[in-house]
Amino acid sequence: MSVSQSSAASAVPSAGENAKPKLIAQDVNVYYGAKHALKHVDLAMNAGEVTALIGPSGCGKSTFLRCLNRMNDTIEGCRVEGSITLDGQDIVRGVDPVLLRARVGMVFQRPNPFPKSIYDNVAFGPRIHQLIDKKEELDEIVISSLKRAGLYEEVKDRLDAIGTGLSGGQQQRLCIARAIAVNPEVILMDEPCSALDPIATATVEELIDELRESYTIIIVTHSMQQAARVSQRTAFFHLGEVVETGLTEQIFTNPREKLTQGYITGRFG
Amino acid sequence: MAIEPHILKSFDEALNTLHGQVSRMGVLAEHQLGRAIQALAERNDELAGNVVQADAEIDALEAAANDQVVRVLALRAPVADDLRVVLTALKVAGALERVADYAANIAKRSIVLSSLPQVPTVRPLQRLGKLVHGLLAEALTAYEERDADKALEVWNRDKEVDEQYSGLFRELLTYMMEDSRNITPCSHLLFIAKNIERIGDHTTNICEMAYFLTTGHPIEGARPKNDTSISGSAQE
Repeated sequence: MSVSQSSAASAVPSAGENAKPKLIAQDVNVYYGAKHALKHVDLAMNAGEVTALIGPSGCGKSTFLRCLNRMNDTIEGCRVEGSITLDGQDIVRGVDPVLLRARVGMVFQRPNPFPKSIYDNVAFGPRIHQLIDKKEELDEIVISSLKRAGLYEEVKDRLDAIGTGLSGGQQQRLCIARAIAVNPEVILMDEPCSALDPIATATVEELIDELRESYTIIIVTHSMQQAARVSQRTAFFHLGEVVETGLTEQIFTNPREKLTQGYITGRFG
Repeated sequence: MAIEPHILKSFDEALNTLHGQVSRMGVLAEHQLGRAIQALAERNDELAGNVVQADAEIDALEAAANDQVVRVLALRAPVADDLRVVLTALKVAGALERVADYAANIAKRSIVLSSLPQVPTVRPLQRLGKLVHGLLAEALTAYEERDADKALEVWNRDKEVDEQYSGLFRELLTYMMEDSRNITPCSHLLFIAKNIERIGDHTTNICEMAYFLTTGHPIEGARPKNDTSISGSAQE
């Protein structure tokens, strides 16, 4: 297999003036017991951009995503080696995972609102992280988060209604509102649209595009079209390695590696 | 056409259909040009008539290729080399349709010319025609075989076409100045020469597509040109 070998800092070339690495992974290895799930991963993810992680099932892209907010900590026998820095600070070790997750939010494959009101879903994070003192402040955070998630106009008259009663697309936007309510710097998304219909998918994709100016977004997706539509940079994973990273436009028009080309054109899976 | 098969066989079938249409157009366009030049040299009206009639088949193939491109883009959303296969097929089909149109126009003019007194410039015109015919065949081979080096080599040879065309242009002007009775046949021959020169230009477009298809990049730099007919006419 031909694999692009380069340091993380040069793995993703800077495109725009504002493109600077927010998260840098260097020589990251992940083991689940004896299984070597991620192998020497170098990847830089820029602020103000959406980075898409693509690759066949079991390639390590979700494992890598979970490293970025220490979700692998809860998996028994999982060992993470190497360096991942957030604004220069090592997040693999020496940082409180709870505090890290306030800075690095996550949106999952299936919408997973709490069985609570719409209001309480969004207020949950600010409450547990004790970000507010007064009810008015919490109201403001809930409303602004719902507005930023593009959901407020649809739910403003029923904030007390249960979150799980919303449609799938609305539930996913509620989860995004919940994630941004604690004012994170990074949002991780693990196939956020795979359970949504095309219209709800388009709404969430538009939201991702709007949010990327304020947040660093990393998205795992099985949809090549989605990666092409929403991301500025793409990293292709295969068998635990990063085969190729680059501008999304380049990856989808003229990938350097034959393996990348084979995957994105549907010649192997 | 695909180097490695897709998991979805119907995708390969769709690309193969498109490739087949463009390949067939290439074979026909090349054949049309060869026959048009032969009809001109032999003053063969029947052959020229056949060339004119056969143009409709190439037009129909281009329309079918265009439809197939729309279908593949809409239904398959191709990327990377698949996208280049589709885009280059569209552009090569367009170039070949023009090549065939020029060949048909040469055939029409050769019918008119066969009713007029013969002028001695037909032989150099034949030489130009054979040169362009050969380059077209090589360009199509480069496209079929995804041979970027060959495409570049043929692309660079267009200046030979320009040189011969410029020479012919001056020669025809001389005949017309020498004897005004030559003006009518020489005017037709001038148009024929221009048609052949334009086929040469479309041949370079096919080379550019073959290069892009293979490498993913356009050919860098300006195409070498040597058409002095424009400055030559200004001096006359």
